[in-house]
Amino acid sequence: MPLTRQQIAMRAAQELRDGYYANLGIGIPTLVANYIPKEMEVVFHSENGILAYGAFPFEGEEDADLINAGKQTVTELPGTSYFDSSLSFGMIRGGHIDLTILGAMQVDACGSIANYMIPGKMVKGPGGGMDLVAGVKRVIVTMEHVAKNGEKKILKKCNLPLTGVGVVTRIITDYGVIDVTRDGLVLVEKAADLTVEEIQCATEARLIISPQLRDISL
Amino acid sequence: MINKVVASAAEAVADIEDGATLVAGGFGLCGIPENLIRALVDKGPKNLTVVSNNCGVDDFGLGLMLAARQIKKMVASYVGENKNFEKQFMSGELEVELNPQGTLAERLRAGGVGVPAFYTPTAYGTQLAEGKETREFNGRPMVMEHAIVGDFALVKAYKADRHGNLIYRKAARNFNPLCAMAGKICIAEVEELVEFGELDPDLVHTPGIFVDRVVVGDCFEKRIEQRTTRPRP
Repeated sequence: MPLTRQQIAMRAAQELRDGYYANLGIGIPTLVANYIPKEMEVVFHSENGILAYGAFPFEGEEDADLINAGKQTVTELPGTSYFDSSLSFGMIRGGHIDLTILGAMQVDACGSIANYMIPGKMVKGPGGGMDLVAGVKRVIVTMEHVAKNGEKKILKKCNLPLTGVGVVTRIITDYGVIDVTRDGLVLVEKAADLTVEEIQCATEARLIISPQLRDISL
Repeated sequence: MINKVVASAAEAVADIEDGATLVAGGFGLCGIPENLIRALVDKGPKNLTVVSNNCGVDDFGLGLMLAARQIKKMVASYVGENKNFEKQFMSGELEVELNPQGTLAERLRAGGVGVPAFYTPTAYGTQLAEGKETREFNGRPMVMEHAIVGDFALVKAYKADRHGNLIYRKAARNFNPLCAMAGKICIAEVEELVEFGELDPDLVHTPGIFVDRVVVGDCFEKRIEQRTTRPRP
């Protein structure tokens, strides 16, 4: 069985380190916050202008002035700070954020990512995505390996408008964990029940199989 | 004596005419100048260029001006919450310039502080950088982006005094301080007007020099887009 969305988030949480400043995108990345190891302190950055935001509020305690970048109500923590959008993106562009985990429509063998529009069909706009992939030290994509309509998402070359060129370092999907390297995409971990052939079949780009390939452990 | 307080939102926007460029604060529906927007819908200027991170939702915020066909061009970073927007854009009725969010923020800041342009790595190699000047710094290609200055800034703050010193609340700050600086005339709607001298000088976010008019909003709906909660233990 491929991983569930929650399991993808659990695997992605293993990328966090104590003391990290991290930014989580919308969708599966948001779920990552639920799986931080207890002994670890991670500060989450929200690009609308919050460092160290907390969990969703209890019902009745929502504050319209306190939302995250996904427009969800959140809470303050000891150590929370607020700032304007320019300073927020100064943190991003200035290289002060250690890790970002984002969703994607497509990723390719060069580590380019597309996630903001489908020409003629859907216009959403990049939001903070282009700044995050350009400025954050380590960019990880979490997504379903194959689109709901069956189309492949890990390609030789993205065919949707790009969010960033050569910026992704690791892709975590329901099928496996793939590193973007100079030589191409390297499959380093796989879902226990899937074969390498099945994963390659679902991937347009050629996968290099790591000699240390192992099953994802959660 | 300096007193920037005006009596109503209608009075505050009375000189915004057809074809003006507006820079408006807010992120999603958080920290938007909702009273000034309503006043502008009532007044009805057309062919406006609006610079704002988002364009409201179909029935609130800047979406109201969109529905009234007042916006000719929108400069924004994310417009995914608005069906009307998509319709007007796809039909060619609405001109749209998408900016990365950080680039948009910095363009507004630059406009406010007298920096005509700057270089950023963001968007290099993407469609949003097409046609823009590029230059390499420290071996990394960068895109040149121009400052934005608006005829009017519409911002929302929490508290103000009669000098227009502003304090924002929590994440409702977002683009507001940047827009305040980037407007030739800055209009601030606030929840509360406080006695002169009451604001802690150490905590003023936007000094009054950037602000021209202050109006206390009549009604703050403060709509929440994604009300997300957790169960009580």
